[in-house]
Amino acid sequence: MRGVTGAVPALFEFVHLGVRGVGDRWRLRDVNGSIAPSGVTALVGLSGSGKSTLLRCCNRLEVPAEGAVHYRGVDIATLDVLQLRRRVAMVFQRPTPFPGTGRENLQTADPELEDEWARELLARVSLGPDFLDREATELSGGEAQRLCLARSLAVDPEVVLMDEVTSSVDPAARRSLERLARSLADGGTTIVWVTHDLAQARRLADEVLLVADGRIAGVDETNAFIEEDANGE
Amino acid sequence: MANDIGWLGLAASLVLVAVAVALSFWQRLSLERSIVWATARALVQLLLVGVALEFVLDEPLAWSWAWVLAMVLFAADTVRRRAPEVPGVFQLSLMAFAAAGVTTLLVLFGLQIFPLEPKTLIPLAGMTVGNSMTATVVVARRVLDELRDKRDEVEARLALGIAAPVAAKPYVRAALRTALVPQIETTKAVGLVFLPGAITGLILAGTPPLAAVKVQAAVMYLVLGAAATTTAVIALGVQRRLFSADHRLTVPPRVSA
Repeated sequence: MRGVTGAVPALFEFVHLGVRGVGDRWRLRDVNGSIAPSGVTALVGLSGSGKSTLLRCCNRLEVPAEGAVHYRGVDIATLDVLQLRRRVAMVFQRPTPFPGTGRENLQTADPELEDEWARELLARVSLGPDFLDREATELSGGEAQRLCLARSLAVDPEVVLMDEVTSSVDPAARRSLERLARSLADGGTTIVWVTHDLAQARRLADEVLLVADGRIAGVDETNAFIEEDANGE
Repeated sequence: MANDIGWLGLAASLVLVAVAVALSFWQRLSLERSIVWATARALVQLLLVGVALEFVLDEPLAWSWAWVLAMVLFAADTVRRRAPEVPGVFQLSLMAFAAAGVTTLLVLFGLQIFPLEPKTLIPLAGMTVGNSMTATVVVARRVLDELRDKRDEVEARLALGIAAPVAAKPYVRAALRTALVPQIETTKAVGLVFLPGAITGLILAGTPPLAAVKVQAAVMYLVLGAAATTTAVIALGVQRRLFSADHRLTVPPRVSA
């Protein structure tokens, strides 16, 4: 695991990206950097550093006031946003099961989803077929988060953006989600993983981007940050 | 006939206001001033309206249409004052009341249920607009609150590549149900629990009860149809204003105290 060197062709590229906050504040300012097209890339940083905002720029839940995000070399502002979001899926910090059964949740993503494929999706996230008929809003945090991941996978995305997905689940569920992310990446789905937990990033990620004070830190600063944290343990 | 109580009769009914004032004084509610002020204001407003109506009802229909327009503007402003956080609510309310007005008045006058004249147009338009105001305010606030409070869920739908109007549907539906159920309940209870203003006024004026109840029933259906129309226009309009053209939720999060 290392800081980004920019030697691999980018999946996402941020070019002088700026996102406004409230009043005169900027949540991100002059962000430049790129995310590799395979494996797990972690965006780490303290709360309020702008890492979630950066992630949300990748599927146009946020739009920049300045600069651009490129996806596979194309400015995402020129892409059809609904199609972009089916290629670049997202799982959120708080589990968001929709009212209804597991099956109904999966069918929100794909209304033509047949039970056979639905069971496979559940199996990929280590949920049994009985979750098809269970009420989604009654699941535990970890189960709900896995269902949300299965729902995102139902659109067959190339990338899954995961925004602090383990911060509101118990440690067992956290490890399970980390293993899932790793296995998805190993199976060819690129993962962009936002976390404030550097130890988690070190466990999980192939590459780390440090987001600090509304920008992506350079390689040296990132490596120093990683080393400092490692020495502190 | 009980349709003119005279000024003495009006003065005598102030005894009931004195009862309210006395009760407030006895229970130390400190509401005496509010009660007197409200009574005086109501009297002045009603007298002004009465004088204006005496004029308008004798004039050509154009004056009545002007009255209806003024009512619609005032109602839209009232909705704006009661739901100030909802973007564009004044314009949307205007559209909603106009849509409801056109629909209901087309039915009432187009199907010749009532003859089109000042003394039918003004009261019926007034009841259309006045009785749908509450439902309009409720649905405007509920759509905003639903989309704001369930922001995570809404964005999870958007993130699946679902278009904004489809993503918003469950929440808009919930808001519409919240706004319309009370009106439906009121329609169900009419006659059992209370005699509404129309029937009361007609009976006091000497109309035979069976004739009066037919008018009242038509009015209840008018109000139900108007409430459904205004809430639908408002709900869809507000929902559109809370999303950007590129399917992002733009309602700001609730400011915590």
